[in-house]
This record gives sequence, structure tokens and C-alpha cells, in this order.
Amino acid sequence: MCAELFPERVQRDDWGYPIVSPAPIGGDLLDLARRAVDACPVLALRLERLRPER
Amino acid sequence: MTALGTRQAPSAVPWLLAGPAQQAGAEPLAGHLARLGPCPPGSPGLIEALATSGLRGRGGARFPTARKWTAVAQRARGRAVVVVNGAEGEPASWKDQLLMTFRPHLVLDGAMLAAESVGAADIVLYVSSGAPRAGEALAAALSERGLPRRPRIQLVWAPARYVAGEETAAVRFLNGGEAKPAVVPPRPFERGVGGRPTLVQNVETLALTALLARYGPAGWSHDPMLVTVRGAVAAPGVYEVARGARLDQVVGMAGGRPGDCAAVLLGGYFGAWIPGPAVGALRLDEEGAAAAGVGLGCGVVLALPADACGVTETARAVTFLAGESAQQCGPCRLGLPALAGVLRRVADARPERGDAERLQRWTWQLGGGRGACKHPDGAVGLVGSALRTFAADFEDHLRGRPCRGRFGPPALPVPGVGAGWP
Repeated sequence: MCAELFPERVQRDDWGYPIVSPAPIGGDLLDLARRAVDACPVLALRLERLRPER
Repeated sequence: MTALGTRQAPSAVPWLLAGPAQQAGAEPLAGHLARLGPCPPGSPGLIEALATSGLRGRGGARFPTARKWTAVAQRARGRAVVVVNGAEGEPASWKDQLLMTFRPHLVLDGAMLAAESVGAADIVLYVSSGAPRAGEALAAALSERGLPRRPRIQLVWAPARYVAGEETAAVRFLNGGEAKPAVVPPRPFERGVGGRPTLVQNVETLALTALLARYGPAGWSHDPMLVTVRGAVAAPGVYEVARGARLDQVVGMAGGRPGDCAAVLLGGYFGAWIPGPAVGALRLDEEGAAAAGVGLGCGVVLALPADACGVTETARAVTFLAGESAQQCGPCRLGLPALAGVLRRVADARPERGDAERLQRWTWQLGGGRGACKHPDGAVGLVGSALRTFAADFEDHLRGRPCRGRFGPPALPVPGVGAGWP
């Protein structure tokens, strides 16, 4: 499901399990990311705020 | 089978394996104390000494020991738990069983030092049920010493499964669950056994602290480690080496001829195949391993004979790893058995169309920390190293050309997986 909602950052492996890109998400993609996180029926996804590099 | 070192240690600190020969059985308390002197009590000062020595854990992850003890000590409030990890799920490794069986007092000294230094009320000896002699030796050694009132000490038999020694799996089992890695926080140092701050530490690491506490960090530059050397060697067994020993020297110590090895498996079944020509250049320390893109793991050094089949041995190992999955996530439950199946077909030189691409694609898909624990990462790491080290053999097998080594005597000890598969 998340791969359909957020293909920009979520692919699927050969068994249908999500492969989540670790690249940071910003701007327009944030809303899409939030929808994918909210839609997950097993709460497998979460969005983490990146700390700024020191 | 086991050589207990008689070489002079390059420092004043004795080797872990110094002392009576294996034939003498477990070193008794009187001999242990006569040889090494009394064990000082644990303290915050010991944690500083650990930091100075740079000691890293010997369970496979090589995590800095002082950092672990500090994390527990900061939260302990006198109620922490020390889990002495003698589960040793890696089939090719004997070093922990050896230490527990023949030097139980070093292990118990280390356990007490940890408990006193971090502030623990309980010690649990978590020993593989596949190593009954080890548990019996520890129990006998406890009887010799007499059980202290504090900390409480008990022995618990761990399931003889590959992942049972993972630290969150140990904690989960001791809390009444299955010996499977825990998916979510908290980490054991925060809340572990009984919800209390818990230090899970490998037996070799604890035995080393028993020496460090007596001799101090000043003479620790040799940073000894135990290796289990087997395969194409005349004298397989557990050896002790100083930091930076070269992999070819280690093979030679056990009576192997590095030049005759096709490759060496380093670390364990979650480790990597080192190609024959690279063996002489690999120093067994963090920098040497990092430079080669590998890890020291739990010190397995398995020399693959020149006439063995690296593809076959890798297929056997991954078949085993797939069977040891905790079944907690898709990549492991589904991906590893599929990967093992492809490897077996390729080993048989009867690939299906697309198998070469599957090997590449699945080693990428199933890695990257996607699993509930590190088990799939370990497996695909092994496969990735096999694809590089045995590239020519894979190519032959993928072209349908079987090799003579396919049905030779198995080189890897893989419970339940024979040369003709199960």
C-alpha cells in the first residue's frame, strides 16, 4: 500500500514488502510521506525529524 | 583438538589460554588463584580501565565494552542484571564453550567484575543447551567458590538456536518469551531482564576483563582474541592471537597452508569469504578488517580447501541461516529461503533462467537493515562476499558446468544440511 501511496521513496521487493529509501524527505514530498505513514495498517512506518548536521 | 597457548605473550598479561592443558579439564579454583592471584573487586575505575584498553566485545558485534558498561551503570541503581552470554549459536565457533569448560573461573571472575562495576543484583549464566559440559563446568566452579548472597547467580539453558545469543533475544527469553530478537526499543541497557537495566556480555569479553582487572590497561596493546580455526588445517581448534596477527599466520598456526586455500571464511556465517590471495594481507584488528571491508565477527577462521566448492558451501550456510530465521519479518521469512533455493540450484549447476539476476537483486533487496534484526543482513553479506570471491565458480555453475568439489566432504559444519542438501 505504501509503495502505491509514495512511490517516490518506497519500492517493493519481490515478495511485496516495502523497501524504503533512506534519503531525506522535504517540501512537497512531506505530505505524501505523512499519508503513507498514516495509512500503514501495521504502523510499520514512521517519519523522523532529521537533526541538523553540526 | 585445542592448542592452549604456550607461546610467550607479547606483554606481561598472560594469555586467556595459558594455564593447564586441556587434558587436565577445567582449571580448579586453587590453581586459578595460584596462577593469577585474587580477583580485585569491580568498580567504576575498572570501567575507566576498559575504556583505556579499548576493549571491544567478542560476541560478534565488537561494540566498545566500556560504553556498554557505562550505559548500564548510569541507570542501574543497584538493580541491574548481568547476562553472561554463553549461547554461542555460531556452529563454526567453539571459543566460548572452550572458555566456559576449561577456564570457568575466568568467566565467573568477569561476571562478578561486571556486576560489581555496573551495580547489578543478579547474574544470569546463559549457556547453550547444546553445550552441557560448559554449563556443568560453570556450575561446578560456582560450587567451588560458594554462591555469594549478592549478586544472586543462576544458570539458565539457552535454546541451541543461531539467534538465541542475540542480546535482545536473550533478554526476551529470560523474560519468559521466545529467544528471538526484539523488534522494538527499549534496548537492554535501558530495560531488559525484569524491566531492569541489563548488561549482556559475551563470555570471552568477561574473561578478558578478569585479566584486565588484575594487570591493568597499560600492558594491553596486544588485545588478545580467540579464534576458532578449522577447515583445511592439520590442527583445528581454538587459538589465541594478538591484535594485528595476519590471517595467513593464523591459518599457519593451526597447521594450514594458506597458499593451498581457495578462500578463508572470516567471522562466522554472518561474515565474509576472503579470497586466497588476500589472506596474507589481512591483519586481524579493526583497521585491517575495515580496510578489507569485512568484520572480525566472532573469530571464526575457516580455511576452504582448494578442491572444495565455495558455491556449494555458501548454499549450505544460507540454507542453514534460512532455517534459523526467527520468522519475524518478510525479508527473512520469505527472502532467505528463496535465496537459499537459488544458491542450491546454482551449486547443482542447474540454474533456472533469471537466477543470476536473482542473486544480485536479492542480495541487494534483502540487505540494508530491512529486517526485524540483523539476521538477513548477515546472510546477504556472506552471499555478496561469495559472489565476489567465487565469481569464476559462480559463472561456471550458472553455465551448467558442475565442479568436482560439489559432492566432496562438507567444509562448513552446518547442522542439518548435508552435501546432498538435507
